[in-house]
Amino acid sequence: MTIKPELQYSKDHEWLKEEDGLTVIGISDFAQDALGDLVFVNLPEVGDAVTAGEAFGDVESVKAVSDLLSPVSGTVAEINEELLDAPEKLNEDPYGAWIIKVSDVTATEELLDAAAYEAFCAEA
Amino acid sequence: MNLIFEKSVKGRRSCILPKCDVEPVALPENLRRETAPRLPEMSETDVSRHYTELNKQVHGVNCGFYPLGSCTMKYNPRIDEEAAAMEGFTNVHPLAPKSTVRGSLEVLDTLRADLCEITGMDGMTFQPAAGAHGEFTGVLLIKQYHDSRNDTKRCKIIVPDSAHGTNPATAAMCGYQVVNIPSAPNGCVDLEALKSVLGDDVAGLMLTNPNTVGIFDENILEITKLVHEAGGLCYYDGANLNAIMGVVRPGDMGFDCVHLNLHKTFATPHGGGGPGAGAVGCKEFLKPFLPHSAMMEMPGRIQVRAFMGNFLVCVRALAYVMTLGREGIPEASTNAVLNANYLMSRIKGTFTPAFDRICMHEFVLDLSQYEKETGVSALDVAKSLIDWGMHPPTMYFPLIVHEALMLEPTETESIETLDWAADVFRKLYELGRTDPETMHGAPHHTPIGRPDEVKAARSPIVRYDFA
Repeated sequence: MTIKPELQYSKDHEWLKEEDGLTVIGISDFAQDALGDLVFVNLPEVGDAVTAGEAFGDVESVKAVSDLLSPVSGTVAEINEELLDAPEKLNEDPYGAWIIKVSDVTATEELLDAAAYEAFCAEA
Repeated sequence: MNLIFEKSVKGRRSCILPKCDVEPVALPENLRRETAPRLPEMSETDVSRHYTELNKQVHGVNCGFYPLGSCTMKYNPRIDEEAAAMEGFTNVHPLAPKSTVRGSLEVLDTLRADLCEITGMDGMTFQPAAGAHGEFTGVLLIKQYHDSRNDTKRCKIIVPDSAHGTNPATAAMCGYQVVNIPSAPNGCVDLEALKSVLGDDVAGLMLTNPNTVGIFDENILEITKLVHEAGGLCYYDGANLNAIMGVVRPGDMGFDCVHLNLHKTFATPHGGGGPGAGAVGCKEFLKPFLPHSAMMEMPGRIQVRAFMGNFLVCVRALAYVMTLGREGIPEASTNAVLNANYLMSRIKGTFTPAFDRICMHEFVLDLSQYEKETGVSALDVAKSLIDWGMHPPTMYFPLIVHEALMLEPTETESIETLDWAADVFRKLYELGRTDPETMHGAPHHTPIGRPDEVKAARSPIVRYDFA
């Protein structure tokens, strides 16, 4: 399992990073592995409000549909439309395949650094 | 084997139509298709052989054990088919004058009375076509009730995280916000979690009892009381009625409306896409909101389906209820529970039950530890069972159990079948420890091994390519 040292992680297995004033959100390698091969991604629309701890979209594998939980509250500034046609990118390259970018962040869930997230995954 | 389109031979026919004895009438130009439909052209012999060949490749309750959890794949007595095949029932027209279909109406009336007795409800509609449609109709009753009182701030429906996926889907389709509450460690409703989401914005709760892990929620009276105190209504998903029919009634547990999968619990062969019937029962105060039907005239009320729903499913259900009777109905349920507990206790010691306690009509095995030790997953075990002539249990559901296999043997299996099934599970448990590779590749004796489910979901081919 890969964990990128430069990213922050939520306990719901999303990764975050700051880029050009926006918060970029994706799912971790641990998450994509646990979910299995993804076949469908449901994303919010640009301009939608997201709330920390609440679902902003969902991903579907052949086993189940799982909510994507937002680690921050804010406004959706960009979505990765490429994922709509190619959900497998989340499996192939979880840290390259960002899901949404959020602006005007007002609240953030408790985040873990790479070392803490690795320990968290080991317990899961 | 080849598809039926590949077997088609141009110009071949399987029937000789009688000479047309009326003047042909041309359809209006704008209604005519521009190209002829590309139907397969075959002789009757080849059509018959094609479907017989397909039939050999599937597994039904008539082929062998079918412990598909949550689906109640029990054997449906022939007598119910015979009743549904009677000409007096098959040759009626939905627009026939009522005076000419008294018998059919009596079927629905009698069945309504019997099912209201079994569920503890006061009224019932047979219009909904199947389970999810029944849920939709049931939750619309709740919505109409609140609307009729101008109680419009109720925008939420509570659904436990162990619920069938159709429950949140139904609530959303009815325009409600779905509030998921986590299960307690024993798989039942967490009362504190329930209390924390109850309020004057809650329209109702959707619940199955016994729940999806096969456990009867002992707090059910407290649960429905809490929801009622908050002004919400309680909806009973009849998915698991096979465990309790004639023994305990949803109406007595405090539920206000309920749907029944007549096709599942009351003897219509199911699993092939229908037709089904999702009868919806309700308490007296919700009766004014039941859909209009030809039999119960309620002018101004909506219908949820044409005429009286899938009538012949109701005929089978009545034949089933009448042949079992007041003593047989609870006996069927108690045997379903007995069989599940017997099978669980015979498997125990190998694969681990997710909840080690007396179960209702079904139980869940948790293979997560076994998977860690052997690399053999619930999927591998399920696929291996196919080689033994057993339909796999439900896999990876409910989601609250990892590497889940969910077994529902039903009341119609003999002790010999259950003993055989337990032996197969024990053998596979050992095989996974000694030869996991064989199980990774299973099934080995079927025409198709493991279809690529991911590819099928990502890029499905749903029509024949004629090009």
